Amino acid sequence: MKTQALEIDREALLAQTLRGEFPDARGRFGPFGGRYVPETLVPALDRLEQGIRDILPDPAFKAELDLQLRTWVGRPTPLTYAAALSKRWGAEVWLKREDLAHTGAHKINNAIGQGLLAKRLGAKRIVAETGAGQHGVATAAACARLGMPCTVYMGSIDMERQAPNVGRMKLLGAEVVPVTGGDKTLRAAIDEALRDWVADPNGTFYILGSAVGPHPYPYMVREFQRVIGVEARAQMLAQAGALPDVVVACVGGGSNAIGLFHPFIPDTEVKLLGFEAGGTGPGLGQNAASLAYGTPGVLQGCYSLLLQDEHGQIQETHSVSAGLDYPGVGPEHALLASIGRLGFAASEDDESLEALSECSRYEGILPAIETAHAFAGARKYAQKHPGCRILIGLSGRGDKDMPTLQRTLLKGKI
Amino acid sequence: MMTPITTGTARPRDSISTAIKDAAASGRPAVVAFMTAGFPDRAHFTQSLRAIATEVDVVEIGVPFSDPMADGATIQRASFASLQGGFTLRWLLDELEAMQPRPQAPVLLMSYLNPLLAFGLERLPEAARKAGVSGFIIPDLPYEESADMRAALDRVGIALVQMVTPVTPATRLRMLCEASQGFVYAVTMTGTTGKSVAVPDEVLDYMDRVKSMSPVPVCAGFGIRTAEQVARMQGHVDGVVVGSALVEVLERGEDPAQFLRRLKS
Repeated sequence: MKTQALEIDREALLAQTLRGEFPDARGRFGPFGGRYVPETLVPALDRLEQGIRDILPDPAFKAELDLQLRTWVGRPTPLTYAAALSKRWGAEVWLKREDLAHTGAHKINNAIGQGLLAKRLGAKRIVAETGAGQHGVATAAACARLGMPCTVYMGSIDMERQAPNVGRMKLLGAEVVPVTGGDKTLRAAIDEALRDWVADPNGTFYILGSAVGPHPYPYMVREFQRVIGVEARAQMLAQAGALPDVVVACVGGGSNAIGLFHPFIPDTEVKLLGFEAGGTGPGLGQNAASLAYGTPGVLQGCYSLLLQDEHGQIQETHSVSAGLDYPGVGPEHALLASIGRLGFAASEDDESLEALSECSRYEGILPAIETAHAFAGARKYAQKHPGCRILIGLSGRGDKDMPTLQRTLLKGKI
Repeated sequence: MMTPITTGTARPRDSISTAIKDAAASGRPAVVAFMTAGFPDRAHFTQSLRAIATEVDVVEIGVPFSDPMADGATIQRASFASLQGGFTLRWLLDELEAMQPRPQAPVLLMSYLNPLLAFGLERLPEAARKAGVSGFIIPDLPYEESADMRAALDRVGIALVQMVTPVTPATRLRMLCEASQGFVYAVTMTGTTGKSVAVPDEVLDYMDRVKSMSPVPVCAGFGIRTAEQVARMQGHVDGVVVGSALVEVLERGEDPAQFLRRLKS
């Protein structure tokens, strides 16, 4: 990671991180984060921040969210012992099953949380972006349940490669708007959702799906996704009788990863490992691995690590997984990586598809291609650390990936 | 309050408010013209700039960025075309520095923050000053995040223009007007650049409110396309910013000077 330009006091920042001091009052995670938005959105973000402060701790709101999570989302999701992978890898492998959450991925935790908050704040309509379509489906489902109109922006390339999810969103009552500008993937979809929100900052609520964007989004998304790690930590103690040696997740923007990692941050003996989209290699444009190859800069409201050229132009990315195909990463991940609390590496397209195949064949679970990046990384880690106890965030199911899998694994191309 | 010039050495940013006030004194709103740098192509850029600068009071040059989130379709298209043509901020500053004679009107740069950060906050102020730049408008840099940039530009007397919008609360509006340098950029509507606005009475009331609070001139921008709109703004603002409509004229290969003369008539 090229953070030479940043002068940071790693030890002081680590101590602050362990004390839970981030984000600070300015919405910063150390040097990262902040709020870089057009003036039109500043009052809306101020209202949202105030809403989070007032409403999230409110017992009535907590009870309502908890009820939805238990009776509609299907929480708690199970922790599964992966006997076959444990044997094959020579390790002790546990899977946190967000694929079993309603709509098939962790995204629903945040979508229903923000949806309930939007309703409390008096929003009249919802907009969202989606990459793999999982956040779009989750938001469409939450809006259907809460009786709110929903518009989802999705890159035209992603609409093609995640076609099953486009149909699901439409059935759930959402309007899906194809984005043909920019890179036609997740980043262009976020730009377009922001433009929609700028046009009506008072009546529209933007449900952002990843742990990115201007403050308070990275914080809010983390708070709604923390349930993953809180459950997993207790389940590890109950079922495995110990905390894991290492917690592994895939990282695009980083919502499932921060949700799983956050409750483990103070457990300094537990290693945290994030696996990004390594695409076809380390060159600019070949991958979407911002922690591994990024430099500091501002994109879509937040100062973080980005894939950009020397002139500050954001670069097109490549990944076989739509959900990881993003040139930035959440500011909290950027901090955790910079201070050494989070290890990271990139899993390339082919090894991720192989890992997907292995998990499907031997555990009877078809994970999302995004999730498969974590499996590929975990497998390599296990080979270097025989006998270690690994917790993998199984962030979502792979049914949505059938168009891509038909073109690749099922044609024997891997 | 505006700091009076007491040293005798005029700061670059003073040329902006002077140009706008001069126009207003002659009985019409000042015209601030926006053009995308390196568009329609790099070869004809300085020629277009010169033609536009002779017709208007201030020129705002857009620095293309890969993710222009505050811009509508026209400026997005122009930005991408310019980037594909090899645009860099270094190229623009070199072109401006080499231009002889300098453009007749003061020049501002409108840029998203990231290309400026990549150029380097240490190098930017001096390079901009040498290129004859009088001010910056940075649409994704709200006041709360602007301290470093403001300090850097202040050292060379270059303006940092603040934007205000119809949804800016009153106390914040006053704070932004007082912080703004060169002029206050009053966005006519919530939304991105390029859509036409009807200029209803609420917009004029809002402009009056901004003007009553601002120690520097007030220019209205976003959606200004016609002479009728400009005439309706007369008396309510000190100037208007015309952007997407002018970029479309350049895109169609038409004469920008003729379009701007029509706008002022």
